[in-house]
Amino acid sequence: MNISKQEYGELTKKASPNSKSYITIPSAFLVGGLICVIGQLLFALYRRMGMIPMDASTLVSITLVAASAVLTGLNVYDNIAKFGGAGTLVPITGFANAVVSPALEFKSEGFVLGLGAKLFIIAGPVIVYGVSASILYGAILFCIRLFQ
Amino acid sequence: MELFIDCLKAFLVGGALCAIGQVFIDYTKLTPARILVSYVVAGVILGALGLYQPLVDWAGAGATVPLTGFGYNLARGVKEALAADGLLGALKGGLTAASAGIAAAIFCGLLVALVSRPKDKS
Repeated sequence: MNISKQEYGELTKKASPNSKSYITIPSAFLVGGLICVIGQLLFALYRRMGMIPMDASTLVSITLVAASAVLTGLNVYDNIAKFGGAGTLVPITGFANAVVSPALEFKSEGFVLGLGAKLFIIAGPVIVYGVSASILYGAILFCIRLFQ
Repeated sequence: MELFIDCLKAFLVGGALCAIGQVFIDYTKLTPARILVSYVVAGVILGALGLYQPLVDWAGAGATVPLTGFGYNLARGVKEALAADGLLGALKGGLTAASAGIAAAIFCGLLVALVSRPKDKS
């Protein structure tokens, strides 16, 4: 078939189903909100066990990360993600999913350059830009305090 | 009752942050990876400007569980380390504050990837 790039673009637009925003946005709200509610309940539980807020908050993250990793391994998280969209991407559970999913998928390419390297395919950029931004902030804050 | 109110606040703020992410997916060409990176960097910036702390105080897990909370945590860590260690803290603070979450993700990722089977492509 001989078609131009533009025609091809129009064809793919026709062939790919339109995501209906009046469904996807409320479901992202619902699923993402519920994940945060689970986090809030865990926080209340850990506080009741006598933890200081900082530790409780850290342990909430760890619990959600671990739960998401297991659910990803069982192929459950991806099924929730089909419905939840960004609701499953934006919470920290989505970060854990982005760690486990490629690691598992590329396991067949070896334990070092497959599993070990691909584990960071999305987590890597997140850490690179997040940490770099925080270092810049630290440098700026340091300079501001020098002149105060 | 207080727990219910806390959960409601977490639901509203966490849900709203996710709905914004869905808007980016539906109406822009941002890939999920770029959205994650943007959220973390946005969290660092909002944390640095002092705009995210009120949200954390009000919504709890609704603000800390989304990835903007991860970025906020990096900024908070740097600010605290800077006060304690000077300029060295600018390097130490971020990863120190985020260490538990990152280490948990790496270790759980390794364990789960080792014991699970890759799903069939169907």
